[in-house]
Amino acid sequence: MNENRNPVELFEEKAKAVSAVVSKVASMREAVAYALDVCDKKQACQLLVSGCSEPLSEKGQALCETKQQKVIAAPGLSPEFFADLEGSARERGILCIEKGMRDHLGGVDIGFTLADFGIAETGTLVIISNSEELRLATMIAEFHVAVLPQSKIRETSRDLEAELVALTSVQPSYTAFVTGASRTADIERVLALGVHGPLELHILLLED
Amino acid sequence: MQQAKNLKEYRAELREALGDEFLRQAMDKFARFYPGARARAFAGMDVDGLIREIAEAKDKAAARMDELYEQFKAKAEAAGVKVHLARTAREANEIIAAIAKENGVKYVVKSKSMTAEEIHLNDHLEAEGYEVTETDLGEWIIQLRGEGPTHMVMPAIHLSRYQVADLFSEVTKQKQEVDIEKLVKVARRELRPRYIEADMGVSGANMAVVETGAIGIVTNEGNARLVTTLPRVHVALMGLDKLTPTLAEGLRVLRVLPRNATGQAISSYVTWINGRNECAASPDGKKIMHIVFLDNGRSALARDPLFSQVLRCVRCGACANVCPVYRLVGGHRYGHIYIGAIGLILTYFFHGRDKAKNLVQNCINCGACKAVCAAGIDLPTLIKEIHARILDEEGHSAPSTLLAAVLKNRKLFHSLLRTAKLAQKPVVSGGYIRHLPMLLAKDQGFRVLPAIAAKPFRDLWPRIRPEVKSPRYRVGLFSGCVQDFVYPEQCVAAVNVVAGKGAALDFPMDQSCCGLPVVMMGEIAAARDVAKQNIRALDPGKYDYILTLCASCASHLKHGYLKLLGDDPAWAVKVRQFADKVIDFSSFVHDVLKLTPEDFRKDGGSVTYHAPCHLCRGLGVKDAPRDLMRDAGLDYKPSEEEEVCCGFGGTFSMKFPELSAELLAKKLDHAEATGAQTLVTDCPGCVMQLRGGLEKKGSPMRVKHMAEILAQQIK
Repeated sequence: MNENRNPVELFEEKAKAVSAVVSKVASMREAVAYALDVCDKKQACQLLVSGCSEPLSEKGQALCETKQQKVIAAPGLSPEFFADLEGSARERGILCIEKGMRDHLGGVDIGFTLADFGIAETGTLVIISNSEELRLATMIAEFHVAVLPQSKIRETSRDLEAELVALTSVQPSYTAFVTGASRTADIERVLALGVHGPLELHILLLED
Repeated sequence: MQQAKNLKEYRAELREALGDEFLRQAMDKFARFYPGARARAFAGMDVDGLIREIAEAKDKAAARMDELYEQFKAKAEAAGVKVHLARTAREANEIIAAIAKENGVKYVVKSKSMTAEEIHLNDHLEAEGYEVTETDLGEWIIQLRGEGPTHMVMPAIHLSRYQVADLFSEVTKQKQEVDIEKLVKVARRELRPRYIEADMGVSGANMAVVETGAIGIVTNEGNARLVTTLPRVHVALMGLDKLTPTLAEGLRVLRVLPRNATGQAISSYVTWINGRNECAASPDGKKIMHIVFLDNGRSALARDPLFSQVLRCVRCGACANVCPVYRLVGGHRYGHIYIGAIGLILTYFFHGRDKAKNLVQNCINCGACKAVCAAGIDLPTLIKEIHARILDEEGHSAPSTLLAAVLKNRKLFHSLLRTAKLAQKPVVSGGYIRHLPMLLAKDQGFRVLPAIAAKPFRDLWPRIRPEVKSPRYRVGLFSGCVQDFVYPEQCVAAVNVVAGKGAALDFPMDQSCCGLPVVMMGEIAAARDVAKQNIRALDPGKYDYILTLCASCASHLKHGYLKLLGDDPAWAVKVRQFADKVIDFSSFVHDVLKLTPEDFRKDGGSVTYHAPCHLCRGLGVKDAPRDLMRDAGLDYKPSEEEEVCCGFGGTFSMKFPELSAELLAKKLDHAEATGAQTLVTDCPGCVMQLRGGLEKKGSPMRVKHMAEILAQQIK
């Protein structure tokens, strides 16, 4: 069915179909600016429809107190881009971290990561998450912004099989397929995003 | 969880479920949504090919289960993971509790695992003093309610937002609004501290890949990622059937599982974990990881020539999604722990005969589960086989033994039918039995039953037998008992359609009931005897085709006989020849005789159609009847859910009249909504059910067998 389809376009179509926000960026610098922008526009610790003002148990409420500032978590970024991100973040009053995720389990605003591969037919990101910091950043973030180099997109998981065998054979390793935001339909089969993981997934297709 | 001690108690539970309006609506909505979502998810893919590949690969893996386990264990242990094999549910529970103890665990978080449900892990851990929290939203909800799941993929599908809001108000001690978005976020916030304080995370797994040593976990919520990352100890529990030799095979399952389960191309998260990953909460900075494989009968199943296919199951839950009975009563009544068609089978093997004996009788044998199974498991046949095994183990009931004895003796059976014709006289009017004796009538009031015909078809045959000179085809007609003794006019109509088209019909008098009713009642020995009798009567050497107008008979003659006799060296060749020649009426007229619009009158009025289960799924005949109706000058108006069972199911409608009545009501509503004058179908059993229901309702709509409507239209 997808023969002769440009994998980048197919990826974009399929990722959007599962609620991901997809944009193209020309450079890492542009990607960093995008993440900051998204962070700027969202309220801190908003959790969309159920913010800190909503009724929670004491324990649930206590977690709110642990986060007083907007946070971007960007583990796994090269020192050059991390410095770039941190500098711009500071100007806007945003805390930028690359480690210590366990101190932020109440949530961070943005998890900013690099994806290792993309699978077009399902709009899936493949992220090598062997580092616990990286893993946690993509789980506790309210929004996950992932940069995917366009050259790393394959049409199907079959086209990526050799790479996947290699990745998942590493001991120890933790390889994540991420497709869209965290979702559930457990109450009356109504789709709700962000049940445990990110409420939004932004994918930036990097020209490379 | 289904707990009834006997069929009477079970029926009472079913009635209670039928009274649950919310459940009914929720299930109905999903049942209507699912087929389209599945079709869209598979669009453009070779689904049958994929399913065949999965079946083959899983069969091969099951055959080398022990070897795969040893290989996986060696690989995972090389990475510092401790791998355990639990022979029984109790052993698995004890292993996991011991891991908790040796690591000084207090709090446990769990992500969804049917295997953990299978062994009642939470009960065991809680009894040992651990606090366990489910983190999958649906599982958390049912844990808070002290229930088991009602669906393998959507465990809380039976509950309303109002029930969840009340529950969450109780948990948070704050009044919660009835708003699903907000309730989901409350769960997010309330569960986050649980991950943080937990010392041990327990997950299931969808595959254990021998080639790599990694386990794969499929989730949508992402809770499994937190459960396997934050606590210092991770225990993954899975059945031995999750072992897969290569990643390629795992990826293939992944192409089918989410599509078949929920119509998603892939789940939000698939997590591959190999070895002791970084974990800051652990003393040495590396996760303490254990993998527990559960046997609990799986290795015995792997050696069973018939039932080993059960181990192909990928737990997508699709067999429940399409099951008309599950749709009516939900998973707490259509399963013990595992629900749906596969649940009926697994319950027998994992939880015992007592838990399964009522459940297995509640299969209507419509074949919808088999048609949708991601691994090509022949679910209806296995359910019937378990029913038969339970009868053999527990003793056959009097009615079942009696029916078996009667059907084995054609002359006795037919003379009983002739006697019944006389006995019914006082209660018959207008072709229906109007006053059933109370004993027989119990709960059968939702439809009227037809009277036995004045003359069976076999008595009419010598008079109407057409003379065909230089025939194109020699055709043996198999009437089945309903058309022979209740609706002989349907066979007469068929003779009128076929006459003059070059087919020489023959009607051997030694034929008897096809034997499906005794299969349904678990009387397999009798079913074999009856099959042999019919093959002798309709010797395939004498005919080009063995024609039957009954979809159920046709499907049983074609596929059932092979299962009953295919392994018997004395019968194997004959039964194969026989099965090859069996054909249903619509296919015979459309595909073999190739009648065209020129053969029919025009303007035959409007019709709608009911596709008999044993025709559309049992024989895979879908286009021929619909093309025929159009060709025959009829205005065919398709009805909603045309291929969903009408609720007859032979003896099923006698055993579970409440369920049969509900299925019938829905079917008739859909048919009437088309505004057609006539409802056409291809099976005398369906005719009996549909006509009886419409008559009871006083509806002007008429029911006709395909042969009758074609006979009316033929030039």
